[in-house]
Amino acid sequence: MTDLTKLTAARTAERIASGETSAVEVAEAHLARVEAVDEKVHAFLHVDREGALETARRVDAKRAAGEKLGPLAGVPLALKDIFTTEGVPTTVGSRILEGWVPPYDATVTRRLKDADVVILGKTNMDEFAMGSSTENSAYGPTGNPWDLTRIPGGSGGGSSAALASFQAPLAIGTDTGGSIRQPAAVTGTVGVKPTYGGVSRYGMVAFSSSLDQGGPCARTVLDAALLHEAIAGHDPLDSTSVDAPVPAVVEAARNGDVRGMRVGVVTEFSGEGYQDGVMRRFTESVELLRELGAEIVEISCPSFTKALAAYYLIAPSECSSNLARFDAMRYGLRVGDDGTRSAEDVTALTREAGFGPEVKRRIMLGTYALSSGYYDAYYGSAQKVRTLITRDFQRAFESVDVLVSPTTPTTAFPIGERADDPMAMYLADLCTIPSNLAGNAAMSLPCGLAPEDGLPVGLQIIAPAMADDRLYRVGAAVEAAFHTRWGHPLLEEAPVL
Amino acid sequence: MPGITREEVAHLAKLARLELKDEELDHFAGQLDDIIGAVAAVSDVATEDVPPTSHPLPLTNVMRPDEVRPSLTPEQALSGAPAQEQQRFKVPQILGEE
Repeated sequence: MTDLTKLTAARTAERIASGETSAVEVAEAHLARVEAVDEKVHAFLHVDREGALETARRVDAKRAAGEKLGPLAGVPLALKDIFTTEGVPTTVGSRILEGWVPPYDATVTRRLKDADVVILGKTNMDEFAMGSSTENSAYGPTGNPWDLTRIPGGSGGGSSAALASFQAPLAIGTDTGGSIRQPAAVTGTVGVKPTYGGVSRYGMVAFSSSLDQGGPCARTVLDAALLHEAIAGHDPLDSTSVDAPVPAVVEAARNGDVRGMRVGVVTEFSGEGYQDGVMRRFTESVELLRELGAEIVEISCPSFTKALAAYYLIAPSECSSNLARFDAMRYGLRVGDDGTRSAEDVTALTREAGFGPEVKRRIMLGTYALSSGYYDAYYGSAQKVRTLITRDFQRAFESVDVLVSPTTPTTAFPIGERADDPMAMYLADLCTIPSNLAGNAAMSLPCGLAPEDGLPVGLQIIAPAMADDRLYRVGAAVEAAFHTRWGHPLLEEAPVL
Repeated sequence: MPGITREEVAHLAKLARLELKDEELDHFAGQLDDIIGAVAAVSDVATEDVPPTSHPLPLTNVMRPDEVRPSLTPEQALSGAPAQEQQRFKVPQILGEE
């Protein structure tokens, strides 16, 4: 009998549409898998068993009535707990929203429902998406299915772990500095940060509004493309949503080809701090691209060396402003309201009790960077670096079609290793941050295991804004060539849970 | 640029409405000093002639028609309120007694 949890999303949808399998069987197989392994992995914060089965039953009824099903109808999905879901708890990994049940759906949630995707539940994450390991969740860490003592990346570690442990073939993440791509890299899965504005932010709890971008996570490039198409597109409810056609990502994913393309290798993303095995797999990937017919050129983007510094001023600044809404007045936690304290004191006591250490650090850092006397030196300078990084990308894309780099400098590190060392933690996003600052599109896909630790390595592909289709064209070609070389998808080498 | 002192961290916490404990102040002061020391590198390249970028999209004033549309009911809007009274959010006192 086929193990339904091992199928791709594309294949699952085909089987449901043809009647070979029912959507309820698919949902039950995945719910059983969650039951069996998630005690160990801890990918989910909340499982919506009834909601999932209800959607699945509706898909089966539609098919029985002869209605045409969409390309992802009946496919299970794990939704990052940063998207509001009407009637289903949304915590953002924080105590301050523990038990909150949103009265409305995020646009992404709504579009998934419209596409008849079966939402299994909400996944664990670093609190307010601040982190690179999911250790900053108020509800405990998530394990990496390749080695449960290691981090699954962050902030979207619940989503990446759910995919890698076959609890769902699809997941949604959000990427402010790498929170889709870095978890994908360290779990051997595929993650895409679409062009800024490509996917609506309505109902996605804000961390850093000029950087935050929701996007698809999957086990294959085609599955990511199908999900990308389902959630992307203009939304009048998000004033920063791009009013332009969605790039033809599915068509690109079905036609992987790099012949004649110019691929730039970013020279700044190498050297000290990069693990040998990561660089070895990256060099092999570049060689593979050349064999597949791409022209390889080296590109220098000198301002990228300041990207991390600029990011850790801009993101905390925006976060300190965005998180001011957690004031203990309208929703969420309220602490210390004993009738004698002022509203201001109750707010301060609630925020002290409700936010974890990383969130507090970033709020204070942002408050500092925006304070009078320091604004020009810190926030102002960071905004100038943002201009320089955008210019570096513009120059690069005048001569190449896409850029490539390792997604992250190292493989998954042990849980606890960097938990109280913020600067060490921040280095995990060294290669992913520039694309958030410039707002372009980027993907991570598996390119092998590092020889020294046997853990997955991610290849990052970066394309200009609104050229997301190039990620899929290149990614599909690379994926197919690797599968041929390995004889199977990388995740088949993961330990059995 | 100068580092950050424990007193400054205490002031920031007050501005940010965070009632930090003493041991948190000690812990964060050292960490914030390290982070600020590292991110100060932005000033190396941020010269006068470089314009700032605040956002990846060049958008200004995205408008929509001013039309009545369906929205949350009062019950829905108040559903997450820590306290409510007469269809309103109930909050602790904002002004002093006098």
